[in-house]
Amino acid sequence: MVSTNEYVPHAAGYVDNKGPKIVTSRFPHEDSHTLVRALATGGYDGLKDAIRRTPADVAGEVKNAVLLGRGGAGFPAGIKWGFMPPVWPRYLVVNGDESEPGTYKDRLLMERDPHQLIEGCVIACYALGLNQCFLYVRGEMAVAQERIAQALNDAYAAGYVGKNILGTDVSIDVVLHWGAGAYIVGEETALIESLEGNRGMPRLKPPFFPAAKGLYMKPTIVNNVETLANLPWLMVNGADKFKTYGSEKSPGTRMLAISGHVNRPGVYEVEQGVVTFRDLFYGEQYCQGIKDGNELKAFVPGGGSAPWFFEDQLDVPIEASEVGPQGSMLGSGAIMVMDETTDIVKACLRLVRFYARESCGKCTPCREGTAWEEKVLQRILDGHGRPEDLDLLLEIGQSISPGVYPVAGFKGEDLDPVPFPPKQTTICPLGPSSVAPITSAVRRFRSEFEALIPETVVLENLS
Amino acid sequence: MSTTESTEAVTGVPFFLNGQALSANDGELLIDACERNGVHIPRFCYHERLTPVGMCRMCLVEVDTGRGAALQPSCMLPVTPEMKVNTETEATKRAQSGILELFLINHPLDCPVCDKGGECPLQDNAYAFGPGETRFVEEKRHYEKPIPISDLVNLDRERCILCDRCTRFSKEVAGDPLIHFIDRGNETQVNTFPDHPFSSYFSGNTVQICPVGALTATPYRFKARPWDLTATESTATVDSTGARIALQSSRDEMVRVLGVDSEAVNWGWLSDKERFSYEAANSDARLTEPLAKAGSSFDSIRWNNAIGQTAKALSIGSDRVGVLGGARLSVEAQYVWSKLLQGSGISNVDANIGDGIAADLVLGLPKTTIAEAVAPGSIIVLMAPDPKEELPTLFLRLRHAAVESGVTIVEITPTATSLTTHASLSIHPAPGSLGAVTEAMANQLFGTSVGGVDGSDLEAVAATIAKGSTDGSNVTVIVGRSNLAESADFVSDAVQSLLRLAPEAKFLPALRRGNLMGALEMGLTPEFGPGGNPSDEPGLDTEAILRAAVNGKIDTLLLLGADPIADFPDRNLVTSAFNEVNTVVAVDTFLTDSSARADLVLPAAGFGEVDGSFLNLEGRLSPLQAKVTAKGQARDDWMIAAEIAESLGMDLGFTTLDEVRSDLSASIPSFGAVDWDALGRSDDGPLLDQGRTWSVDFGSRTEVPAVDGYGLALAVDRKLWDQGTMIHNSATLAELPEQAQLSVSAIDFEKLGVRDGEVVTIESGSIRADVGVVADTGLPRGTARIHFRLPGLDIGELIDCEQSVTTIRVAR
Amino acid sequence: MSRLNTANETLAKEIIARYPRPKSALIPLLHLAQEQDGYVADDAMLHLAELVGVEPAEVLGTCTFYEMFKREPVGKYILNICTNLSCQLTGGEELLHHAEKTLGIRPGDISDDGLFTIEDVECIAACTEAPCMQVNYRYEYRLSTDDFDQVISDIRAGKRKDLPEHGTLGLVRQHIPADRLAGIESPEEAGTPDWFASRQPAPDESGKA
Repeated sequence: MVSTNEYVPHAAGYVDNKGPKIVTSRFPHEDSHTLVRALATGGYDGLKDAIRRTPADVAGEVKNAVLLGRGGAGFPAGIKWGFMPPVWPRYLVVNGDESEPGTYKDRLLMERDPHQLIEGCVIACYALGLNQCFLYVRGEMAVAQERIAQALNDAYAAGYVGKNILGTDVSIDVVLHWGAGAYIVGEETALIESLEGNRGMPRLKPPFFPAAKGLYMKPTIVNNVETLANLPWLMVNGADKFKTYGSEKSPGTRMLAISGHVNRPGVYEVEQGVVTFRDLFYGEQYCQGIKDGNELKAFVPGGGSAPWFFEDQLDVPIEASEVGPQGSMLGSGAIMVMDETTDIVKACLRLVRFYARESCGKCTPCREGTAWEEKVLQRILDGHGRPEDLDLLLEIGQSISPGVYPVAGFKGEDLDPVPFPPKQTTICPLGPSSVAPITSAVRRFRSEFEALIPETVVLENLS
Repeated sequence: MSTTESTEAVTGVPFFLNGQALSANDGELLIDACERNGVHIPRFCYHERLTPVGMCRMCLVEVDTGRGAALQPSCMLPVTPEMKVNTETEATKRAQSGILELFLINHPLDCPVCDKGGECPLQDNAYAFGPGETRFVEEKRHYEKPIPISDLVNLDRERCILCDRCTRFSKEVAGDPLIHFIDRGNETQVNTFPDHPFSSYFSGNTVQICPVGALTATPYRFKARPWDLTATESTATVDSTGARIALQSSRDEMVRVLGVDSEAVNWGWLSDKERFSYEAANSDARLTEPLAKAGSSFDSIRWNNAIGQTAKALSIGSDRVGVLGGARLSVEAQYVWSKLLQGSGISNVDANIGDGIAADLVLGLPKTTIAEAVAPGSIIVLMAPDPKEELPTLFLRLRHAAVESGVTIVEITPTATSLTTHASLSIHPAPGSLGAVTEAMANQLFGTSVGGVDGSDLEAVAATIAKGSTDGSNVTVIVGRSNLAESADFVSDAVQSLLRLAPEAKFLPALRRGNLMGALEMGLTPEFGPGGNPSDEPGLDTEAILRAAVNGKIDTLLLLGADPIADFPDRNLVTSAFNEVNTVVAVDTFLTDSSARADLVLPAAGFGEVDGSFLNLEGRLSPLQAKVTAKGQARDDWMIAAEIAESLGMDLGFTTLDEVRSDLSASIPSFGAVDWDALGRSDDGPLLDQGRTWSVDFGSRTEVPAVDGYGLALAVDRKLWDQGTMIHNSATLAELPEQAQLSVSAIDFEKLGVRDGEVVTIESGSIRADVGVVADTGLPRGTARIHFRLPGLDIGELIDCEQSVTTIRVAR
Repeated sequence: MSRLNTANETLAKEIIARYPRPKSALIPLLHLAQEQDGYVADDAMLHLAELVGVEPAEVLGTCTFYEMFKREPVGKYILNICTNLSCQLTGGEELLHHAEKTLGIRPGDISDDGLFTIEDVECIAACTEAPCMQVNYRYEYRLSTDDFDQVISDIRAGKRKDLPEHGTLGLVRQHIPADRLAGIESPEEAGTPDWFASRQPAPDESGKA
C-alpha cells in the first residue's frame, strides 16, 4: 500500500505524517543516528549559531519561543532557566528516564537522533553558563545508551563537545549516565538523588527546588529529552518561526504516542493545539479509527497519571491549556485508548498496580496507600469484594490526594472544575497518580465494579 | 489574652496559629514554633537533633502563605511573616487521621508484648489523632521477627514505620551508615549489609529515638514495662564528658539509661558504653560485703572490723602510705576522702593512674566549654587520644562541628583518628617528638622535617593554629595522653609550645576517667589540695609511689576504686610494687586485677546507688542520683571515709550529704555559689570557675629520644570496648572487645614480609610477646600501634615507663 | 561471587572520574559488576564501597532500589514482558501466560536450561508497538505467541548473536580522551566557566548587567 504517511520501518512506531517536523526531521533516514547523517542534514548548525551569540541572547531566544517542557509538567523552559540564582557550579541534567505508562517518544529521539539531543544539551549549557551536563538515560534502554555513547564519542572527537568546542574557548562536558529501573527517577528531584548514587527518592519542594538546590545542592536545571531536542531547530530558525507552529499558548509541535485500541497506533509529531483527540483517533493521517470499528469507552490523555477522558472530550484540542480545565493533563504526550471491549476493572487495577510497584516508599501515604488500593482492587477482581470496598477505595484516595477529584464530564453531579494536579499529602505526585485511574474508573463505571462484588447474603434466624 | 494592649514591638517573625497572633524565631520551623506556643503537632520522622526529611507526613497542617490554604509538613517549613496556620481544620484532621490509618495497616497489633507499649508515639498518636478502627482486612506485611542487627540491637521490621530516624542518626550524627533503607516501596526495610553488623558505638541512640518498638536493646528487652519504671536524672560516669542521663529502674533494679538532651553537653546522645554499662551494677560479681584476705582467698568480715583495720593501715606513718584513684567517686566523696587524707598528713595521693596528663595542665590551663570550642568558625587542635574511643559523646559534638558548623580541626596525634577524615590538617609526629614538633612550629622553623612531619605541613598547621592571634578565631586545644607508651612530659612540652604559638588558646582536657576532674579539683593529687591550692609539701605521684613501694618505702597502698594493675601503663613496675607493700586496701565495687590482690576490700556503693555530683571535663557540675539501693552491705564512699576518720579519732563533722556539701561550698570558693538543691533541676548544670588560671610550671623540656632505626616506636591507645571493669562485668558488653593486634604502616608491613593477620613476635628489652599484625594506612612509617587492655596481649608488659618512648622489634 | 577484575577496576576508575563526586558513579558501577558476573555479588558491592568511599550498606541501599539489579544469578537472557495498560489492551498478559507455560517458569524463575528468566514488567516505552518484550533490554515489537516461540527457538539455536548476555547493556561505552575533556571538578572546587564570564554583556550606564 502506498500512502502519503506511513510507518518508518527503522524507527519502530514512528509515523511520518507529513506535517511540520521540528524534532523528527532526520527520522526517515535509516542512518539518522550517525554523525555523518547529522552533519549532512544541518547537524550542529544550531550550536554554531548559538555560540556566535551571547549566552543571555540564546536564553532569551528560548524564552521568547515559549518552549513548554515536554516531560509532563509543561512548564516553559525559558522561565525555568531564569530561576537559577547566580551561583556556580551549576548543572544541567537531562531527563531521559522515560517510563510513564503509555509514553514513547524520548527513546525514539535518543535512538534515532542522538546528535540532535547532544547539540540541544550543549546549546542549553552554553545559554546557562555551565560546563557539566549529565544525560540520564533510562536503564532499560540499552540501544539508546549505546547510540548516545557512540554519538558522544564522535562529537567529542569532532569538537562539538568537550574542550574548545568549535575551536572557541567554550568547553563543556556531556556525561552519559544510565539508570537501573525505577519509574520514580523520572521525577526531577528523584533523578538528582539517583544521579548522586542514592536511592531515587524524591526531595521535598520546597525547599529543594532543583534550580536553587539540585545536584549536590547546587543550582540544577532538569530538562526533558524532547524539550532539548527542540533547541537546534530553534537556534537555526528562531523563536518567531517556532511560534508559527502550534497555538499561541503552546507553540511548536509535540511528539504524541497513541496506543491501545486504535487501528494505527504510532508516534506522531503533531502541532500543538491544532488537532483534537477526535482528529487523532479517527483521522486518516493519524490512527485511522478505533480498532475493529468499536466504540470508544475511555482514553487516557497524558500518561498513566492522568485522569481519564471519555467520548465527551474528543473535541478538546491537544494542548495543555485546553486539557487542564477539563480535569486532566497532557502530561508526557501518552494517549492510551480503550474501546468498548475493555475490562475497566482490570485496566484500573493494572495502572494502580504500576504505582504500587513503583512507589519509592519514602512517604507514608504513597507507600501504604497505593499497596492497599492494589490489594482491594485485586480482591474485587478475584470476586471477594465487599460492597463498602468502592467507597473505601475513594476514601484511601482522599488520604493520599484530598479534595474533590475531577472526573471529566461526569454526569449527574455538580463538579467544580478542579485544576490538575490535585492536592496531595505526599512528597511527590506518584501517590496521587494512583488515585486518578481509581476515581475515573470507579466513579464513571461503578456498575462494572459492582458486578464483580458478590451480593451480601443476609443470614436470618441465626439465634 | 491580656497582652493586646501591649505596645512592645513584636520581635521575630509574626504568624498566626489557629487565629492567634504569635511570633516565631528567625528561621524557626513551624512544628517547633507551634510546640513553643503550646500546640503539639503529631510527628514521627521529625527529631529536633536530626535534619528534617518530611517523610512520615504526620505533621501536615493547613498553612496559608497568601496563596490559599494547603497541607504542608510543618517539620520542613520555616515560619514566614504573616503565615496563617491552622492545626484544627477538618482538612488537617482528615489528613492526620488518614495518615495514621495508613501507618497502622501494616503495623502489627502486638502492643501487649511490645517493649514500646505504653511509651509508644505511634500508640499515643493513634489514640489522639487516629481513626479509631481500621478498614484494612488484607494480610499484613510479614518479616522474620526480631533479628539481631548487632550484639546490642534487635530489629523488628514488621513494627518499623520507616521514619528514617535510626538511619539518619547513623549517617548524620554518628557517621556510621551501617544500617540503611533496603529494597523499595511497600517492601522497603531497614537492614544492614549481609554479615556487616550495626556495630556502631552509638547504636543505642537509635533504640531511644525509634518511635515504635522496631528497635530494641538486648539489655532491656522484656525487662520491664514502661508503667513499672521510675526515673531520675543523673550523669553518665564512664568518661569525663558527663553526658546527662535518665536512669530508670523497676523493682529496685536499674533497667535502662536514656540520654537527656543537654544543650551544653550531649544533645541527648550517648555512647553505648554510657548507655549500657549500668548492667555491671546488677552483676552478681559486685562486692557486697567487706573482705579480708585469708591465704589465697577472702573471708567476709564485719564493717567495723574492716574500718578498724583500714585505719590502722593508714596510721603506719603518713609518708609510708600511697593512695591511688578517686575518679570513680562523687565530688562529695572525693572531698571527704581528701579531708581524711589531709587530716592524716598523707600526701602521696594521685587520682591519675599514670595514664593521663599532669594535674597542673588540667587545673591550670585556661578552660573553655564544649559549646565555645565548637562554635561556628572555631579552630580545634586535637592533641589527644581518638575521641571516638575515649570520649565518644564529645566526639559526636566535634564531628558535628566539623561537618555542619565549618569548624576547622587540626590533628597532632600519633596516628590517624576517627576525626581524620573531617580534619583540615593531620600531622602524626613520631613518638617522642611531640614536643619538638610543636616547638618547631612555635619557632617558625619549617626548613626541615621534624619527627617525621614535613616542614610544609608544620607550616600549614602552625598557620592555622596561629589564626586565633591574627583574626581572633576561637582556638581550643583538646589535650590528653594520646600514647601510653610515651612520657606524659612531652604533652606538657607541647602545650608550652602551643601557648607561644597561640597565646589566647583555651583548653579542654581529654580526661578518660569519669570524675577525674572532680578528683583533681578536690585535691586527690600530690601537688594540690582541695580547690586547686598548691600543696606546701607535694607528695608522690602514682609512678613515684609505685617506685617507692618497689624500694620498700611504702607499707600501705590504698586503692580508691583504682585498678593500677590493669591501668598503669608499665605492668612490671606496678606488679613489683604490689609484691613489695605490706598492706593493700581496696575500696571498690568489684574484685578487679588489683583489688583481688588486696588484703582488705571495702565494698562501695556504685553508679546509680549514690547521691552526689560530678564535675565534667569542662568543669561543669551535674547531679549523680541514687535510683536503687546499694548492693548488699556496700556503702557510700564518703561514709566509708567518715568512719575511717572517726576510727582515727578525727571528727570531720559529716553525718549527712548536706553537711558535706555545705562544708565544701564554704571551703572551696568555686563551689561557694553552687545551689545544690537545684542541681538535679537545672538543664545543663553550673559551670564552675572558668576564669581561674595560673601559670603552669612546665619544668624543663624532655629530651627527644634517639630513633632506633631497626625498631618501631610504639603508640598505645585505648578502644571504647576494652576489658575495663564496667564492660567486663556487663553481660552484653563483655563480648565486644576485639583481640589485640599490632598495626604498622603499609611500608613497614611490606618490609616485614608477612601475611595480613600473621602472628609475629614483638620484643622490648627482655620481654617478648606474640601478636597478629596488620597494615594500617592511618599510621606513619616507623610507628607501631597497639591498643591497651584488649584480650590476647597485655601490652603493659612491654612498656617501661623509665623510657620516654617504648621501641619494639618485630620478628616473624 | 567476586570483586571487580583488574580490567573492570580500571574501567570503574575511569567512570568515577567522570563525576564531580565518586558516589555518583554507583549505578553505572553496579551495572559493571552485573556485567562481569551476571548479577551483583555481595563481594562486588564491598569492592564498590571501597572504590567510591561509602559503607557497604549504602551500596546495598542503592542496589536494591533499582529493579534491574539482581542479587542472585538469573537466566542468560531476561525476557521482560510488559503487561502495563497499552500492552494489556493488546494481549500482553496472554503473552506472559504463554511464556510461563512454554518455558515452564514463573516470573523471576530461571528455566531448567539456565537460559531464561521471565519478568512481568512495567511500561518499557514501546506502547505503540504493544505487546512488546525486551530480551536483555533489546526490543521485540508487536509480539504474537508465535513470534515469541520463534525468538526462543532462535536463541536456543544460537542465532541471536545480536543479543549480549545478561548484565551487558550498551555495547558502546562513552570514553572521553584526556585532551578532549573540558574538566570535571568537585562541586567544592568548580566555579564559573571563564568563557561564560567573558561573554557577559558589559554593564550599562545604570550599572546593571
